[in-house]
Amino acid sequence: MSSYIKRPNRALQLYAVLFLIVLYVPVLFIPLFSFNDSIYVRFPLQGVTLKWYGELWTREPVWNALWNSVKVGLVVSVISTVLGVMAARAITRTRMRGKGALVTFIMMPLVIPGIIFGVALLVLLSRLGVPLSLYTVGLGHLIICLPFAVATLLPRFEGFDPSMEEASADLGENGWWTFWRVTFPMVMPGIVASLLLTFTISFDEFIMAFFLTGTDPTLPMYIWGQLRFPKEFPSVLAMAALILFVSFALVFVAQWIGRKGLEEQE
Amino acid sequence: MAETSLPKRRTADGPPRASGSRILRLFHRSESARGYLMMAPTLTIMTFGIVVPFVILIVISLWTRHGFGFDTTLTLANYVRSWNEPIYGTLLLRSFWISGVATAITVLLCYPMAYYVAFHVHRNKMMWIILMTLPFWTSYLLRVFAWKVILGYEGVINSGLMSAGLIEAPLSFLLYSPTAVIITLAHAWAAFAILPLYVSLEKIDRSLLEAATDLGDGPMARFFRVTLPLSMPGVIAASFLIYIPTTGDYITPALLGGPDGAMIGNLIQLQFGAVNNWPMGATLSIVLMLWIAALALVFLLVTRKVQGRIT
Repeated sequence: MSSYIKRPNRALQLYAVLFLIVLYVPVLFIPLFSFNDSIYVRFPLQGVTLKWYGELWTREPVWNALWNSVKVGLVVSVISTVLGVMAARAITRTRMRGKGALVTFIMMPLVIPGIIFGVALLVLLSRLGVPLSLYTVGLGHLIICLPFAVATLLPRFEGFDPSMEEASADLGENGWWTFWRVTFPMVMPGIVASLLLTFTISFDEFIMAFFLTGTDPTLPMYIWGQLRFPKEFPSVLAMAALILFVSFALVFVAQWIGRKGLEEQE
Repeated sequence: MAETSLPKRRTADGPPRASGSRILRLFHRSESARGYLMMAPTLTIMTFGIVVPFVILIVISLWTRHGFGFDTTLTLANYVRSWNEPIYGTLLLRSFWISGVATAITVLLCYPMAYYVAFHVHRNKMMWIILMTLPFWTSYLLRVFAWKVILGYEGVINSGLMSAGLIEAPLSFLLYSPTAVIITLAHAWAAFAILPLYVSLEKIDRSLLEAATDLGDGPMARFFRVTLPLSMPGVIAASFLIYIPTTGDYITPALLGGPDGAMIGNLIQLQFGAVNNWPMGATLSIVLMLWIAALALVFLLVTRKVQGRIT
């Protein structure tokens, strides 16, 4: 590569730094005000306190909603990752007719407004007489998470040489053991990344839950309910700060694992 | 069909296994069948989660509300109403306008960033990509909520400016306006623009840029004649990825839009909630989908034509 492209561009560098600041600062106001010793979310700050966090600790509905979200998130992440592995394997390892169309079909939820999915599922479930519950929320989340699982796992399967699987088969392993001893370890980082990502998506998802929740709220639904009461703002901020922290950590790890292995393969 | 294809495959794959029914043999022989079988659970879920609900949505949109239930005679009455009553058209137009502006702003602001990482970052590229896309994975609801905290009547900006003595009274135009919705959408969807832009820029063959320079193009001419046209697929993908989901957004206009910033998503929700007119809500959903499809098609054709003229 010739030198003129490598020449640092100061203006662009400055822009990049500003971009990242603007990207992150709005979100950082949430933890900042969650430590503020005032019921009003405004400047000037009134001093540091942990009381909003303490208040959260004692609230039964918060724990309840948290547990609901964790349950749905765990189930959805495991199912969507298992299905994602199967789909990614089928897409990369077999010559199927209409493969492109199938992939497009699976990726559709990425580009259709979530509200339409929520409404459509709601209509279907009510026609079938299925009562709304955490199961229906899970079904909604599964549809949203599947494309992400497939998109995370596909590059993994594309990235490693099928001849390794063939070698294992030639050495006498059957399909099942080839999968466990060759394929699985190779795509493991993708599986971890997919589990973490789909869990985070389900955990944070709002619009599907908004239409499909029964009497048991997920955490985002609980927060939505609290937003109507200005005096609940500080504790919502504390809750939001915790959720953001956990999501950031999970996604960072997921992306790190997911991309790191890919770069090594290249 | 399967039976005629079996013998041919048998010669290619060696002798048939001793055990197993015909279906199992087919499963072992035909790659295509094996592929479909592995995809089957995913496809089943997607079919029941997408195709079936959409069919029912279309059917319900042809019904009408009748007291607390539905009148199941099929009619286009809801569609006629959605066309004739100005509220629906207004909200649709506003949704397209708001997300159009938000999309344009997002793509414009993200392009230099993606360009920077693609061409000027040489070490820790992965770190930059993760940093740029990380916020996208965190709760959409909370990111929108953060903007409510910032733009609110007593929010970060107003109270900050007031305690700095720059303004006397809070600026009321910040919250509950289309502007607030546009700012929030542009911020929240940035990662969706960054990735496709980055990928298309990264793919550009660097020798083309050298060739342009050697043939006498300055940096500006090189950008507009080589880099930009070659990155158009990324620009188009980014625009679609933001425009389509944001037109139907519910949370942002609900929290930050106020009456002037309400969008079609809010109206759809109302039909399924307070108004309790499901057929109308279904109709509006279908109308939204159709408009999105039509606009996407026009956009695609126009960009194809423009691109064809450039290259």
